[in-house]
Amino acid sequence: MDQLLQHALNAMILGGTYALLGIGLTLIFGIMRVVNFTHGELYAFGAYMMYMWVMLIGANFVVSIALAVALGVLLGAGIEILLLRRLRGADIDTTMLVMIGAWIAMQNTEQLVWSGVAKSIDSPFPSAPLVMGGVSVSWTRLFVFAVAVMLIAGTWVLIQKTRLGKAMRATFQDREAAALMGVRIDRVHTATFAIGSGLAAAAGALLGPVFVVYPTIGDLASLKAFAIVILGGLGSIPGATIGGFILAFMEELGAGYVSSGYRDAMGFLLIIVILLVKPTGLFARKERIG
Amino acid sequence: MSRAVTLAWVVFLFTLPLWMDNLYFLHVLIMAGIFIVAAMSLNLLLGYTGQLSLGHVAFFGIGAYVSSLCSLGFEIHVFDVPVGLAPKPVWLSMIVAVVFAGLCGWMIGKISFKVRGAYFVIVSVSFAEVTRLVALNWLELTQGPMALNNIPFLKLWLPGIGDIDVLGKMPNYYLVLVVAVVTYVIIRRLVHSRAGRAMIALRENEPLATSVGIDVTRFLVLATVVSAALAGLAGAVYAQYVRIVDPDVFLFIYTVTMVIMVVTGGKGTLAGPIVGGLIFGILPELLRGFEVQPEIQWVVYGVLMILIVYFLPEGIVPAVRDGWRRVGGRSGAPPAQPAPATPAGATPATAEASP
Amino acid sequence: MSTPDTLPAPDAAATPAPVALAVAGLSIRFGGLMAVEDMTFEVREGEVLSLIGPNGAGKTSAFNAITGYIPASSGSITYRGVPLTGLKPDQIAGHGVVRTFQKTSVFNGLPVLDNVLIGLHRRARQHPLAIMLGLPGVRRDEARLRDLAWEILDLVSLRGRAGEVAASLSYGELRLLEVAIALAAEPTLLLLDEPVSGMNPAETGAFMALIARIRTRGTTILLVEHDMKMVMGVSDRVVCLNQGRIIADGPPAAIQRDPQVIRAYLGERYVRARG
Repeated sequence: MDQLLQHALNAMILGGTYALLGIGLTLIFGIMRVVNFTHGELYAFGAYMMYMWVMLIGANFVVSIALAVALGVLLGAGIEILLLRRLRGADIDTTMLVMIGAWIAMQNTEQLVWSGVAKSIDSPFPSAPLVMGGVSVSWTRLFVFAVAVMLIAGTWVLIQKTRLGKAMRATFQDREAAALMGVRIDRVHTATFAIGSGLAAAAGALLGPVFVVYPTIGDLASLKAFAIVILGGLGSIPGATIGGFILAFMEELGAGYVSSGYRDAMGFLLIIVILLVKPTGLFARKERIG
Repeated sequence: MSRAVTLAWVVFLFTLPLWMDNLYFLHVLIMAGIFIVAAMSLNLLLGYTGQLSLGHVAFFGIGAYVSSLCSLGFEIHVFDVPVGLAPKPVWLSMIVAVVFAGLCGWMIGKISFKVRGAYFVIVSVSFAEVTRLVALNWLELTQGPMALNNIPFLKLWLPGIGDIDVLGKMPNYYLVLVVAVVTYVIIRRLVHSRAGRAMIALRENEPLATSVGIDVTRFLVLATVVSAALAGLAGAVYAQYVRIVDPDVFLFIYTVTMVIMVVTGGKGTLAGPIVGGLIFGILPELLRGFEVQPEIQWVVYGVLMILIVYFLPEGIVPAVRDGWRRVGGRSGAPPAQPAPATPAGATPATAEASP
Repeated sequence: MSTPDTLPAPDAAATPAPVALAVAGLSIRFGGLMAVEDMTFEVREGEVLSLIGPNGAGKTSAFNAITGYIPASSGSITYRGVPLTGLKPDQIAGHGVVRTFQKTSVFNGLPVLDNVLIGLHRRARQHPLAIMLGLPGVRRDEARLRDLAWEILDLVSLRGRAGEVAASLSYGELRLLEVAIALAAEPTLLLLDEPVSGMNPAETGAFMALIARIRTRGTTILLVEHDMKMVMGVSDRVVCLNQGRIIADGPPAAIQRDPQVIRAYLGERYVRARG
């Protein structure tokens, strides 16, 4: 029983960061209709920036997270302006090919810059875990969870309450109508990609200190984000949030009760099963494209 | 005329090892040839049906593993009951591999063509990733990261020549060449038939295709099965050539390489994957001459892919064909007024819509 | 390829031909909106029936339901005794019911001849294995298909454009190509969705002649059209829809005089122009 509780707790905490990853991707797909293969690279970028600020420069832990996210936002905006803006109106496959190219180039640049050796990031929290009854959790993970929840809430407020959020929602509903109503689509796209990238970088910055950082972590992050988004239905933020938690639970249970080697396979099996049963995802709002 | 050019190419390629004794270059050509077969098979899906499959390496890897396991033999335990297979001849193993890969293609096709576009892409990536993790973790069967070693090579009996060991560069070069020609012929026949037209129709205008009675799903599944089986064949040839297979054959980067080959050469053209395959099969070797790190090679690939999408969206083959027409006014396939009984090959059924 | 020598003249008052398509109690709902309500009509073998009505009357929705592109909410659609409801578009085409689309729809990137060859899909006899093995039967079949394609191109007068990419055709030619693709699928019932919209009078005239030629092949035609000159010129019978319901059904001459039709659709101007 304690073991199950422990798995559930781990899943809960991991789920928060997965949700961040999923929300970022689903925003970009929902609003821009771009299947973003660089998402995982922004996750890796966030983790490496965290490593740079904390371990190489010696900045404060919390400040480093903020810096990593801010740099992720900037990089995202850069990618959108440089690569995606000129592809507006191109079909989804063309955009996908460009994003795959960008992914390959980014990942190998990371490899060149940081070498293939895995890096670990020290956390300022006490290493003795918090023990409650039969379960325990490290302070770092608790902190990571708290920040993730704050960021999810913050994104939700941004989408629901701000003018930018309103423009984003309008673009999601109907791009042409939004443009006619005076929404500046270019800006909405740049902002969307920047925010989505920032969220991916945040997930990387938060999980970097929990695990280790190496150049190909982005691949799994991308694929997991796809799994989450498919679970929740492409374009749905609540769906991505819940999908993040579901994936984390599946992984924890899979690793705990099947074999740790198949931990990462859970997400893909989940994708295949979901698409068999309910191709639109669990919480789809609009009909899927394609 | 286009037929004569093709024939000249085939003759050139068949006589190449007779006057080219650089074994290393022959090795490069063999590897390029294997990838070209895989790229041609991907082109059937990506180019003709218009479905971007990003899990294509799964079929290649499955072909490599199945053929290796059959020829090596194995014993596993299913709920403590031993299940084993004695080593089989390599030719039989390769056939099993092709059939098994085709079956996997059939399964994936059945599952994933309920969905199209982005969803299909993600399903195909997921499938490849699952197969890689299975190869990595099912130690009893695959040896995991320790790899399958000492894979037997192919032994053939040919009339007039007798027994041949397909071992070393020269026999493997011919094996790959024959496999590539067979693959090309199969795809060419498909494309210029009712089945291929159904695939192209789906790519161009799905509602219209269904309105004239084309069962779109059926032909998508057919394309996936053929494509998967041919990729499996490439994998089986690869395994008996390099004689060692590890889970890295499932790396996503190989799918990307195939996609780049197809897109660069020209998707939906017969010659495209060959041109793209030769470029990207030989380019890394040229880069290696400059002692470039592999990472830089991949960065170059990534950037090239972006540049090609921006500046040569149709790929090299259509661009050259158009340029040829503009300059000379001559072309392999007379566009205007073909006689009622034109040979099937002369119809440019492969033209891409360019908005 | 049976071409009856004697055709039922449009106004032949002999025993009516058997019912080909029967639509009974058809309703189509999109969310809360009723696009078609309790629609009942029949198309008889060999006739040209026009569905008319103002925009939004539910004509195209009915077309889409008959050909399987949208589900019917209730009601039945039978063709030659076979229920079509619930079948997929390609299966419906397999029963000989083939349509064209309101918005011009061809295989843009392909040559005209290939467009028609794709349309001939149903008439091809080629097993995938035979194709890959390159059996001679496949080559013979291909040659036969090509002959058929040229025949159809002759019928719609597009032979001269066979090698051109479809995208390079003029608007009128594109609409002819659409019909050629549909004809290639060997329809016994052909549904044409506003085939002459956007055509100039000369093109429309040519199209009317084409419909007459198609009739001689024994093909039944269901037409949705706004062009009254065309409707009145080619139809044996006209069904007029308004707001999803049938308000009149009869020969062209009767429809032209029907007060409900005039009020709902044709308008005073048309009556004056005719008068």
